[in-house]
Amino acid sequence: MNAEHTVKAFDEDITRLRGLITEMGGLAETALEGALDALIRGDEKLAEKIVADDRKLDTLELEVDRLAVKIIALRAPMADDLREVVAALKIAGVVERIGDYAKNISKRVGRIEGRNRFEPLTLLPAMGDVAAEMVHDVLTAYAARDPALACEVIAADKKVDAFYNSVFRNLVSHMVENPATISSAAQLLFVARNIERIGDHATNVAEMVYFAATGSYPIDDDVEES
Amino acid sequence: MTVIHDMDDKAEAKMRARDVSVYYGDKKAIDDVSIDIPTKYVTAFIGPSGCGKSTFLRTLNRMNDTIASARVEGNIELDGENIYSSGMDVVQLRARVGMVFQKPNPFPKSIYDNIAYGPKIHGIASGKSELDEIVERSLQRAGLWNEVKDRLGESGTALSGGQQQRLCIARAIAVDPEVILMDEPASALDPIATAKIEELIDDLAGRYAIVIVTHSMQQAARVSHRTAFFHLGKMVEYGPTDQIFTNPLEERTKDYITGRYG
Repeated sequence: MNAEHTVKAFDEDITRLRGLITEMGGLAETALEGALDALIRGDEKLAEKIVADDRKLDTLELEVDRLAVKIIALRAPMADDLREVVAALKIAGVVERIGDYAKNISKRVGRIEGRNRFEPLTLLPAMGDVAAEMVHDVLTAYAARDPALACEVIAADKKVDAFYNSVFRNLVSHMVENPATISSAAQLLFVARNIERIGDHATNVAEMVYFAATGSYPIDDDVEES
Repeated sequence: MTVIHDMDDKAEAKMRARDVSVYYGDKKAIDDVSIDIPTKYVTAFIGPSGCGKSTFLRTLNRMNDTIASARVEGNIELDGENIYSSGMDVVQLRARVGMVFQKPNPFPKSIYDNIAYGPKIHGIASGKSELDEIVERSLQRAGLWNEVKDRLGESGTALSGGQQQRLCIARAIAVDPEVILMDEPASALDPIATAKIEELIDDLAGRYAIVIVTHSMQQAARVSHRTAFFHLGKMVEYGPTDQIFTNPLEERTKDYITGRYG
């Protein structure tokens, strides 16, 4: 762990910045899990709540932006401090986006008909679980400044991609066999797409966590494939 | 142990220091420093007060000779020639390796004479018109010409602090040096005069080897291509400036530049 700065207020700013990111991460994680839950159970009340709660994420992102700009202007951070602030700025944007995807999934909950007949609905929770775990792990990696865990998150994205491909094929054959399901299947296709994007964004966060901790990028250190 | 980064640039070394130690009496002020100073680049020395960066800077043109108790060990070469060898003409050396100090120190003479003095004593100019040319060119390069061209006869000490410092830089340039050493050249100036000096350093960089000692890390980051961090008489780390300030390898460097030095 880093020693304290001579100027204590600098430490307080950095701690506050990290706290905001952690809070955002927690909200995004909750939103994603809730959205998947609402989707599977057809819980429109829960879905509405998730849509409403997304505003908190937007507000927090703004707060991160303001604080990061303030730190850069007033403290002129260097080396790992600078990487920390730059990473926080980018991570906040990405986590806010993850929240948007969860919101988008929630909005589709009411538009799926005959959910009991849908086999893809059994694949989606498993896919969602992997993405949610990625989000959870990447936040743990952020909190612990753990580049190894960040690399695990990056590797896990392949699983999400594989899920997406099989969900896609599955939904297409549903639509071919039973055109009456096209409307609902299209909704689920978007849901799967959203989950796949969440995996990508978790990967982006992992790359920033790796950068903040080590000063280089995973792609430069050739750990992307591990 | 000194960490020296890979330098991506293909800069050729103008000065080469090897295993240099400097003593003031029994006290070792510089401990075994080896560094290449590239031409056409700006090299910054940073570090806390008393770390030896100014002492080391002054060994590069033998300014420490004037301090009776100072003793230099090791080898410092300018274009492959040992500057501490007995055959070295120190006056000539200081024309080739010029210096600008923290406090502007113009001669109590006219602006013109401040610049003309060096070329005259070194026999660089053959006549009045050539001397005029040198004065104009030096003041141009120092970014001062437009401000003083109509009052070259006025005293150099009547200029503002920032102008005086640029006059001193023009004076150093006038004898056509190869290396310019700057010891905190902007620390006595306001932000605007500082910006002008930094802009000037940037302009001059492509022509000379410039070495700058500065307490302002922002300044080192802004003006230099390479940065060397000194601590307790040792050179701790030397590398491309952007790397030193974004991802230093040594813990001591990191602690210093992030403000954790205790």
